[in-house]
Amino acid sequence: MKRRILAAMSGGVDSSVAALLLQREGFEVIGVSMDLYDFSAVTKNREGTCCSLDDLYDARRVCDKLGIPYYVLNLRDEFRREVIDPFVKEYASGRTPNPCVLCNEYLKFRALLRKADELGAEGVATGHYAVIGREGSGRCRLFAAPDAMKDQSYFLFSLDSGRLARIRFPVGEMTKQEVRRIATEADLPVYEKKESQDICFVTDESYAAFLSRRGIQEQQGHFVDREGKVLGAHKGILNYTVGQRKGLGIAAKEPLYVVAIDAERNEVILGTEDATLSKGAVVARPSFVAGAPPGREFRATVKVRYRHPGVPATVRCEKERLAVLFDSPQRSVTPGQALVLYDGNEVLGGGWIECASV
Amino acid sequence: MRKVYLDHNATTPVHPEVKQAVAPYLSEMFGNPSSIHWAGRDVRKAVEDARQEIASFFVCQPLEIVLTSSGTESDNLALKGVAFRKGNAGKHIVTSAVEHPAVMNTCRFLEAQGFRVTYVPVNRYGIVEPESVRKAIEKDTILVSIMYANNETGCIMPIEEIGCIAREAEILMHTDAVQATGKIPIDWKSFPVDLLTFSGHKINGLKGAGGLIVRKGIELEAVLHGGHQERGRRGGTENVVGIVGMGKAFSLLRTGMEEEVRETRRLRDRFEKALFDRIPELVLNGHPAERLPNTVNISFRFVEGEALLLNLDMMGIACSSGSACTSGSLEASPILMAMGADPTDAQGALRFSLGMGNTDEDIDYSVDAVEAVVGKLRAMSPIYPREAKVR
Repeated sequence: MKRRILAAMSGGVDSSVAALLLQREGFEVIGVSMDLYDFSAVTKNREGTCCSLDDLYDARRVCDKLGIPYYVLNLRDEFRREVIDPFVKEYASGRTPNPCVLCNEYLKFRALLRKADELGAEGVATGHYAVIGREGSGRCRLFAAPDAMKDQSYFLFSLDSGRLARIRFPVGEMTKQEVRRIATEADLPVYEKKESQDICFVTDESYAAFLSRRGIQEQQGHFVDREGKVLGAHKGILNYTVGQRKGLGIAAKEPLYVVAIDAERNEVILGTEDATLSKGAVVARPSFVAGAPPGREFRATVKVRYRHPGVPATVRCEKERLAVLFDSPQRSVTPGQALVLYDGNEVLGGGWIECASV
Repeated sequence: MRKVYLDHNATTPVHPEVKQAVAPYLSEMFGNPSSIHWAGRDVRKAVEDARQEIASFFVCQPLEIVLTSSGTESDNLALKGVAFRKGNAGKHIVTSAVEHPAVMNTCRFLEAQGFRVTYVPVNRYGIVEPESVRKAIEKDTILVSIMYANNETGCIMPIEEIGCIAREAEILMHTDAVQATGKIPIDWKSFPVDLLTFSGHKINGLKGAGGLIVRKGIELEAVLHGGHQERGRRGGTENVVGIVGMGKAFSLLRTGMEEEVRETRRLRDRFEKALFDRIPELVLNGHPAERLPNTVNISFRFVEGEALLLNLDMMGIACSSGSACTSGSLEASPILMAMGADPTDAQGALRFSLGMGNTDEDIDYSVDAVEAVVGKLRAMSPIYPREAKVR
């Protein structure tokens, strides 16, 4: 009997080619998309997000082309519970959350693996650009994609070896050009679609408007400097993120940046460019691909945000926290974002930035 | 793989005699029924013959039938047609909480146009109680619209009693009889209803044809403005193939309905009994007796309807669960929620609807499959209680 696998289809070119490659490998592929959110409530649909209705249409047409079944799975409850609610909570507490990591962790690679069990499939495949190394012992390791421009390993740090064993990234080692070429040759109807971007559920409106519909009210407060001196009035902490320079509306001799956000006092702390530099970070809820850190104290290259080039650092394991000390100070280390640990191109694990250390 | 179709409330296979009857209208009989010349004349005759067949089935007059594209269009015509024609006399409409989206969303639209709508609740069996309708009627009520039988549970509403209440109050009465048609005999002469929706593809006709019976003397505002077709009540060149097919389907029902219903009921009862005998923790959604002879809606506790449905699909069995969102995914049925079902039970509900072509072998195969899939999914379920497993 053929091995059965679920292909998570976003309607984009990467996941479409992923499904095609699995089919060529001999798998019985079942195409699935996740219905995560009632987009009709907030928008008429927008290109460039993950799972809009137009994208579901594209995914269905790709599955038709491949001759495989296609199902849309309702995961709205899980999405609200595991992604949107935490997103709102994080913002309200002055952090800048990264819902895409949560969506991978809880939806794509938890809920969908459960669906795979229910449908008698051995695992789940996606169109992510990242590489899974499978060892003879059954242990799996996670690596950055060779195409550094496309590498998405940052968003996948929370997967452990056990889950990786059931996951496939069929386009993970390819370049975007190769993927597009395969899609074109196979005449998949999505070969020239543009890249997805931005947070899928905050659509035609600003974050502040989205959050206010979720009951988080904007409240005016003060811009202050490090010493607590009031510099002006802000429009509500939801409108700001660490490292931000534009849109502050404060006149000063030197350009001012958001250095930190104090949700409790409803204050946005401003400083000069130097003040946005951090020597390190405290990281909460750490996880490791191998299940445990390589040592109590170890060296790693860390990325503090998706497009961050990475900085060598020393990592010390503390009780349920990591203390990370960068070799050179880093700009805009933002609470709420993921900090991901690499050894060369291998992902060791990561966690969530609780605060930057000055 | 064996294929078993247990979703006849969604649509039905085309009857071979329907296919045969429409064949000429896919080739030489191509004319426009409105044309005066030979090409139009013969086709016009076919449309009117079909209308006559439908009229004979319902025992109504042919000119009381407005032919439309679907049940949905007929519902729109009934509700908007009455509202926009009688909107000066009153602004209030009474309907139920378990109507098909064709009625429900048309009512929502009318609310946005300044009408008021009362959505009468149902009892725990999913049935609208006549007294609730009576209480909902207001001074300026212009229309009562209650479905004859529910598409999800198959529950049959006491439509004659409700019709009598509307009559007493001198209010127009509409019923969406899309699911009831062909399963419950209807005699329009003595039926206390003014407008009745039916559809062709639920009775082994073709998709794209439906109709509305409008009692003689009642005027409706058109929804589709255009040519003079259907005496100005519905513009647009007739879907001749669909109409001819629907006419044939009704003529087949006129002679074969009783036998068809008896056989479907036997299979449905056997299916239902086998499931309840062999699988623990099932809940029947809907009334045990006041129900269409072909429908059974069951909650499989501790299992998600979606997982069940997809597994059965992969085993060749077609049935349905909940209601489809715009995306095509499934959500807990608003109908079952309106009946006061436990939300988790509603998530685990499946509807099986039988019809032409189903056999005893289909039933045996399906019962085995459902038992196996439910067993497998419950074994994975963290919430399935141990004592129930032992039982």
